[in-house]
Amino acid sequence: MNLDIAKLLTGLEEQLRTQLTQRAIQNPLMIGIHTGGAWIAEQLHRRLDIRDSLGTLDISFYRDDFSRIGLQPKVRPSNLPLSVDDRHIILVDDVLYTGRTIRAALNEIFDYGRPASVLLVALIVRNGRELPVQADISGADLDLDPEQNIKLSGPEPMTLKIVD
Amino acid sequence: MCTDLASPQYFPSTAHQQPGLFSANIQLTPQGRLRHFLTIEGLSGELLTEILDTAESFAGIKDQTVKKVPLLRGKTIVNLFFEPSTRTRTTFELAAKRLSADVINFNIATAATSKGESLLDTLRNLEAMNCDMFVVRHADSGAAQFIAQHVAPHVSVINAGDGSHAHPTQAMLDMFTIRRHKKSFAHLCVAIVGDILHSRVARSQILALRQLGVACIRVIAPKSLLPAEVDQMGVEVLHDLTTGLKDADVVITLRLQRERMQGAFIPSEHEYFQLYGLTERRLSVARPDVIIMHPGPINRGVEISSEVADGPRSVILQQVTFGTAVRMAVISMAISGIQAARE
Repeated sequence: MNLDIAKLLTGLEEQLRTQLTQRAIQNPLMIGIHTGGAWIAEQLHRRLDIRDSLGTLDISFYRDDFSRIGLQPKVRPSNLPLSVDDRHIILVDDVLYTGRTIRAALNEIFDYGRPASVLLVALIVRNGRELPVQADISGADLDLDPEQNIKLSGPEPMTLKIVD
Repeated sequence: MCTDLASPQYFPSTAHQQPGLFSANIQLTPQGRLRHFLTIEGLSGELLTEILDTAESFAGIKDQTVKKVPLLRGKTIVNLFFEPSTRTRTTFELAAKRLSADVINFNIATAATSKGESLLDTLRNLEAMNCDMFVVRHADSGAAQFIAQHVAPHVSVINAGDGSHAHPTQAMLDMFTIRRHKKSFAHLCVAIVGDILHSRVARSQILALRQLGVACIRVIAPKSLLPAEVDQMGVEVLHDLTTGLKDADVVITLRLQRERMQGAFIPSEHEYFQLYGLTERRLSVARPDVIIMHPGPINRGVEISSEVADGPRSVILQQVTFGTAVRMAVISMAISGIQAARE
């Protein structure tokens, strides 16, 4: 099964414009989670013409499974170009699954400061949540078997596949 | 001082002259990941690059409002310093705290070893307190290796300087500093000036530079401050400073280690400065974008002039800043290696 990324991105863009208007957010700060989330964020950042440069997070140092599996190889630096204090953050990830990545990302963001709000965007939201985390905006909601995985490849071209 | 460590059987003073004496494999898990960090010897350029890349990720943490990551919450790290140190111990402590580990500074002068307890008994006691890592500094070559050979399987050992043998985290922070300024190691010309004989830092630096692909490594020192085995180190040996500095991209000047000198190695500090002291005038033959490094503490007017130490090309204080990030990388990778091996 292949999913059309262009359509999903257009859907996200439209929903995001509506949400920003509803919430009266003028100048958001967008942050993508390495690696897939950062690719999606890059596209949305361009489409929405967001003024401040894009931030990226590598949540490796905030994962909850370090004591089980150790450090992930190839950790990248997180890069938040500006202070997050009192900013409206748009946090972008590719797939929302267990919710653990978002838990880690929120913890990391709060170590940089106290944002005014955080809005969560996920390209795909799937079943299997283990923490009380939900997306504000999603491109598609999928009901998958536990052994199924969603694989995003990219950044150019980006392709999305469901792997059994 | 405890009797174990004084034993020449474990710490022959010529240990660094016999590369085979130190088994490098003890540093790695069966999966090839870092387990202890004792010497650069036997570590691949790939692994050294992984340390530098991981350190790059930790370097940004100093810019966070909360300068901490929760990675090593619940881990206990013991700084086991048998030899005085301010900078190294402080940056190790800071690194461990920024990783959220608990840190114990074990002051050996006031500890039980001075009451006659053997080092191994001290180690067993610390292990019984469920410590996860020992950061060891010792005046004898091979001390960290000895401790690594005797610790429990869940404990990592980091060498924070052993005699004149190795100081691998210092070498790695120097490599990190060079990479920040020069981007790539190939085609660089690195000149190491000064007391090579007593310098564990120089030995580790040379190994790391070679492993990372630096072709031109020069050591510049009077004959009395060069080790006998310098010819086997794969470096160009020079005795004249001006010749040695010509077209250098990086100049590392070393502290004259008077405390380790029991004989007449140099006529006087004044004369040493005249011949080997780094001055702006002498540096004019180096590349215009040369960077000046020093592992500290610096002796102004002995191995380096104040104008150079405080000048625009000096990166000496950056080395200290980067030292924390590099130590965070090594600590987390070693503890990580053990966790992954146990799974």
